[in-house]
Amino acid sequence: MKLEKGIPLIDQHDENGYWGGKFGGNQIAESLNYPIEELTREFEKLRNDETFIAERDYYFKNFVGAPTPFIKLENLTKHLGGAQIYCKLVSKATGGAHKAYNAVVHSLICKRLGKTYIGGDTGAGYAGKMLSMAAAKFNLKCKIFMGTKDVERQSINVFSMRSYGAEVVPVNSGSQTLVDAVSECMRWWTSENEEAHMCVGSTVGPTIFVKICAWSTAQISREMRKQVMDEFGEVPKDMKLINCVGGGSSAAGFWNEWIDYDNIELIGVEAGGPEGSSKHAAPLTNESPIGVLHGATQYVIQDDQGEIEETESISAGLDYPGVSPLHCFLKETGRARYTSASDEEALEAFQLVSKNEGFVSPSLEPSHAFAEAIKIAPKLSKDTIIVVDSCGDSAKDSKIIAERLGYKI
Amino acid sequence: MTSSSLIKSFERVKEDNRAALLTYTVGGDPDKKTSLNIFKSIAESGADIIECGLGHGANIGDGGAIQDSTYRALSGGIKTDDIFEIIEDFKKDYETDVIIMTYQNKIMAYGEEDFIKKCISSKVSGIICVDWPWPLNLDFAKKCKENSIVFIQLLCPTTNEDRLKNILNDAHEVVYYISMLSTTGQKLKVSSDEIKKRFNLIKKISPDKKCIIGFGITADTINDFKDTDACVVGSALCREITRSINEELNPATNVGNMVSDLKQKLSS
Ligand SMILES: Cc1ncc(COP(=O)(O)O)c(C=O)c1O
Repeated sequence: MKLEKGIPLIDQHDENGYWGGKFGGNQIAESLNYPIEELTREFEKLRNDETFIAERDYYFKNFVGAPTPFIKLENLTKHLGGAQIYCKLVSKATGGAHKAYNAVVHSLICKRLGKTYIGGDTGAGYAGKMLSMAAAKFNLKCKIFMGTKDVERQSINVFSMRSYGAEVVPVNSGSQTLVDAVSECMRWWTSENEEAHMCVGSTVGPTIFVKICAWSTAQISREMRKQVMDEFGEVPKDMKLINCVGGGSSAAGFWNEWIDYDNIELIGVEAGGPEGSSKHAAPLTNESPIGVLHGATQYVIQDDQGEIEETESISAGLDYPGVSPLHCFLKETGRARYTSASDEEALEAFQLVSKNEGFVSPSLEPSHAFAEAIKIAPKLSKDTIIVVDSCGDSAKDSKIIAERLGYKI
Repeated sequence: MTSSSLIKSFERVKEDNRAALLTYTVGGDPDKKTSLNIFKSIAESGADIIECGLGHGANIGDGGAIQDSTYRALSGGIKTDDIFEIIEDFKKDYETDVIIMTYQNKIMAYGEEDFIKKCISSKVSGIICVDWPWPLNLDFAKKCKENSIVFIQLLCPTTNEDRLKNILNDAHEVVYYISMLSTTGQKLKVSSDEIKKRFNLIKKISPDKKCIIGFGITADTINDFKDTDACVVGSALCREITRSINEELNPATNVGNMVSDLKQKLSS
């Protein structure tokens, strides 16, 4: 398996949609073949269409608020006493996370397809929140599928979705989390695909959804390239980019422009779950068996019967048993390194970052990435640059965090 | 057994001048023993071919009724080997053909070769795999064929004519036409005439292939399909199992009664 230079990562799949001949694909019911072919044709046309690109950039800049800040975390750097720690503050994107990019692009595509109805899945609720936000703006009817457990623990984002006029459908099957929400959303689209468009909330699902999502979040590294050049005058010799990985959309976007730079280390952090638990949501770190989930081949947490196993994580956004084929490919080619952080480590990281930096208060997902930065930074020299993608804001997690830390809100 | 027996079943039905009745229930629902009894009752009530679901929790094609059945089977601890055992036991006493309907991850987890071996030893006649579309399934289909198991390709209303022709060209003796865009168990949202129009197109391209029609068919509409090759009723039967369990009735008896009624409606 080999990574090619000079070719976008999203285009390094074969004619059947497999990266490295193995990960991804379109393992879907025949009823989804036509809408997926239609969407694939439309996207390939639009990504080469200057008016579409201009439209995308217009909404990214004026509505999502690109570029998001690239800042040095002076206090955290001093506190840890090793590598210099920077942060790409993606949580400043309107709505509070990177999910806005994919939501805007899918809504624009939906309109180009002549459809007026859009549906999507959500875990932490950000993908759902941003999709309902964009749907309201673009006059699309919107339906969001969300596991019942997530509806409960991410109620702040559910409130937003409902305010923007979306119908939120709680999904009661299975573990009542993201995995079930995605299944239910795909079932819905199987029935409604003649009238409706589907937005998959991360770089998972059939190949075209992986591509559209990563193409959208690539905005993060595109704008960061310029910020890095402004800050350092060159691409630093020793730089590490740390990102949490649930489905993998945030990491894919944060890394996209840097993949060809071999000296830049890419580190993905998965959810290790509560200390001592074996229900890690970390299929890459633990090399789970390869299987098919939601239409694509990937490392997926499953038992010997091929049944998807329940995962457990304090962060709803990382609580997913599968992972993007892009990350399976980056792992197998050795380009990226994957590890995990426990619930407790993420909580500690949240506290340490918030206390030291104030302006940066990561949600539980990026707190996993910070946990890794905190682990490795003290051992590194000051010539090493660590950049953490703080891709979500802690506001949505205030209930969970307060409860865990024992304060009342 | 195996493919030749499946084809013979279709031929017998054809000689009777009627369409074959296929049933779909989830193997192991609600448990191994009851499931076997349900299959026996279905066979005795006149079903021509039995589709046995090897359910998958993270499926993307099942409607609510079948999800309930799958959930009952899986949470009761049913494993793939249990399904093969149920079929093997059934085949000791009954000639009725059994087709397995499943999802790709179940086959992958079991191992393709082992899965086929087990199909042979438990006398499975055919395999339908919902999320393994043409042409990705061709290698596996070939392995099935080499072992006299019919791999049943799926077609649907939005399969365009080129794709239809290509799939039919590679298909084995039997194909499956998904009557409407939906998961299983929703109300039929296209007219029976429209479905038959597509059925006739398939038959025009491939007169020799048997085409099963499925999704959304119930006692109310089944008679519309008496001039086709075959049709499947699934969710209505799964709902009947759920109702029987909830009301503490015998699911095998009730499902059997329902199948007799369907058979009569399909043949009259
Ligand atoms: C803030 C945040 N970060 C990360 C994730 C994980 O998803 P992904 O790995 O696709 O970025 C989510 C998902 O909901 C999220 O809300």
